[in-house]
Amino acid sequence: MSKTILTVDDSRTMREMLLLALEDAGYHVLQAEDGIKGLEVLQDKRADVIITDINMPRLDGFGFIEHVRRDTSHRAVPILVLTTESDAEKKSRARSAGATGWIVKPFHPVKLVDAIRRVSG
Amino acid sequence: MAGNEMDSLRQIFFQECEEQLAELESGLLEIEGGGEDPEIVNAVFRAVHSIKGGAGAFALDELVRFAHVFETVLDEVRKGRLDPAGAVVEVLLRSADVLADLVRVARDGGSVDAERIRTGTEELASLSGTPVATGDLAEEDSVEDLGFTPVAVAFPTFDDIAAELPTEPEPTVFEYTVTFKPHASLYASANEPAVLLRELGRLGEMTVSCDTSSVPALSEIDPEGSYLAWMIELKTTQSEDDVRAVFEFVDGDCDLTITANNGAAPPVEDADFEALLRSIREAPVDVAAAADEPAIAEAVIADVSVTAPEFPVAVPDFAAKPDSAKSESKPDKAEKGDKSASGEAAQQTIRVDLDRVDRLMNLVGELVINQAMLSQRLGEAGLARSAEFATGLDEFEQLTRDIQEGVMAIRAQPVKSVFQRMPRLVREVAAATHKKVRLVTEGEGTEVDKTVIERLADPLTHMIRNAIDHGLEKPEDRIAAGKREEGLVKLSASHRSGRIVIDIADDGAGINRPRVRAIAEEKGLIPANAQLTDDEVDNLIFLPGFSTASTISDISGRGVGMDVVKRSIQALGGRVSITSRPGHGSTFTLSLPLTLAVLYGMVVTVADQTLVVPLTSIIETLKPKPGDIHGFGGEARVIALRNNFIPLVDVGRELGYRNHSTDPGAGVALLVESDGGAQSALLVDGIQGQRQVVIKSLEANYGRVPGIAAATILGDGRVALIVDVDAVVAGSRNGGNPESVLALAG
Repeated sequence: MSKTILTVDDSRTMREMLLLALEDAGYHVLQAEDGIKGLEVLQDKRADVIITDINMPRLDGFGFIEHVRRDTSHRAVPILVLTTESDAEKKSRARSAGATGWIVKPFHPVKLVDAIRRVSG
Repeated sequence: MAGNEMDSLRQIFFQECEEQLAELESGLLEIEGGGEDPEIVNAVFRAVHSIKGGAGAFALDELVRFAHVFETVLDEVRKGRLDPAGAVVEVLLRSADVLADLVRVARDGGSVDAERIRTGTEELASLSGTPVATGDLAEEDSVEDLGFTPVAVAFPTFDDIAAELPTEPEPTVFEYTVTFKPHASLYASANEPAVLLRELGRLGEMTVSCDTSSVPALSEIDPEGSYLAWMIELKTTQSEDDVRAVFEFVDGDCDLTITANNGAAPPVEDADFEALLRSIREAPVDVAAAADEPAIAEAVIADVSVTAPEFPVAVPDFAAKPDSAKSESKPDKAEKGDKSASGEAAQQTIRVDLDRVDRLMNLVGELVINQAMLSQRLGEAGLARSAEFATGLDEFEQLTRDIQEGVMAIRAQPVKSVFQRMPRLVREVAAATHKKVRLVTEGEGTEVDKTVIERLADPLTHMIRNAIDHGLEKPEDRIAAGKREEGLVKLSASHRSGRIVIDIADDGAGINRPRVRAIAEEKGLIPANAQLTDDEVDNLIFLPGFSTASTISDISGRGVGMDVVKRSIQALGGRVSITSRPGHGSTFTLSLPLTLAVLYGMVVTVADQTLVVPLTSIIETLKPKPGDIHGFGGEARVIALRNNFIPLVDVGRELGYRNHSTDPGAGVALLVESDGGAQSALLVDGIQGQRQVVIKSLEANYGRVPGIAAATILGDGRVALIVDVDAVVAGSRNGGNPESVLALAG
């Protein structure tokens, strides 16, 4: 049973890129284009790992993570923040919102999968 | 990632770029217009941010650099530290143009003027108050990237390199003692000590002991508390930094000590390491890009083999990761299907190949024809009068029409995509002509067929150029005329009786009629003493060879005149007209069909043949009185109409259905407007009616026929040819009847 990864990103390019890289590595992928959609997907599906962008319309990555962490059925799901933001402030904000780890864009597929393994075994 | 996957990613990326650029521009324009919604600023920021993110993945460095500087400034705006007023928003708009050019160059090749990029970057940097040396930027970013996974092992090329590396010297094995005590916050962020320990175990051999001494009595346990600690003895060839990297995500969420026991841990500050870092930094981070660029991959290989002996850190071990991420196995079909189902659940749109839509469109065309034929046959058989058949037929007809409209709607797009290109054009032309211009657009949501939109861009561009260059006065002249210094160009679209109408209005000086007249006379386009109404004078600008610019200006005078604009609009089955008030401005009005798949036509009879004349070219129909027809040398005849003589074109003769001219008194004349606005009267034998016909390409099914634009199938199953009015009129002027279509018509 392959692991299910939910990717939340408003950029179609990034969603596709994640999809290709993750499927290549044998993961099953769910997609959402912003935080609200991400929460909607989680209403009736479960994910083993969530990868989310920070800058998104409607509900950004920070808000999305906070919502997921408040939801008892998903609070233990590792969340990786996918971002080009390199400043420490963004990382620490993501962390205090409840992010498990982060991936800096542009990511390499190997790095991506490494990061997933590092938070989910 | 396979090459075709990469290609499709690129395609998606550039499509998305176009959307983001459009978003960026419209957002900036809204800000310029005083919009204060913080969501607009956020959207603008996100647009640039997304472009930068994608560009990074494709190693489009120049684009990334510029987007980064741009994004930095927008972030200042977003945080309220920079007021996007006046000059600032102008810089942002100019930057958006530069960004758009960089995107296009990245997609289509070519280059952007380095000076422009430099100026753009400097302008932006001066706004954010941080001088940006463009060169440093990429480096700074990649250093950050590497900071994330400090050792080079994560890079793709190493997979392949490892095999080629010299096997000796035997890598040094280091021994570390790691103590790890998570805080409660580590669990709160869904990190898991077991996972981290397993990850650590991948680095080499380890023995783990768990310290449970802090676990309180069961009654005292806080389920979200943290009581366990671990001590790990690790034997590995990896550096201390590699060991530390395992705990990167939990830094600060645990007490962590890592001690190198044999004191011989590899120095990470080594100069060779720096060299390696640098070489990697220059390599594309993207796996596919790397795969596409063996040269770069080889460059990295070269660097590595040089540094490897002094740098026994990660490389050999990396090859030994058997189940490392680069699994070649593709998910099976079932999984794929599963994914697309869930993927679609989150998406509101699907993308469909245009060919498929066109094929569907074609089939629906056949359906419409079939339905018409069926109705007609049932009618002929007398069955249609039966109530049951009549209701069934009505419903069938209604359904067919709904399906047709539905399919056309798939091809329909809002004119927004063309309108959006205009603000930039206006800025450029305004700058080049030293005029101040405000562009107002209306009805961007109005939808029309995709092909119409695509072919609309050039004529619109030209007309807007004209409006600014020729229509609007210079600022000082406007002030002298008591107008606002800033000229107004208004572009609006709306639906009117089954057509799309686009107005291009300016509040300039209006058409300078005496001058237009003088030029037309001088160029011999009209006789010196011609009596012309104001309207007719205005329409002179559509004549081929007319150009009012006394010096061929850089802006409008690109060898294209309004006649070309008119012709390209007519080619789309459209019309263009002008109204002008001296001192108040001019309005050009384009009227276009919503689709190119159907046409409203007048079905006429000519020499026992049924032909269709597009309704858009017909101005009026009339029954000529014998007294109105005058010979005009040879066989040419004209018809007198409201004090004008209009050439009479015998369609039957022109298309070669008959060799002699027919009696005008027995036929009907269709007054049409053709190329260059000239009027002609097409003489046909009779009118059968008006109807919507489905256009079938004659060229695709048979070949090009002079005087014929296309064909259609009528309700009774007969093929009817659609007349190319311009060609027929032009043919008659050149002596007529050059090529016959009799063979085809039989």
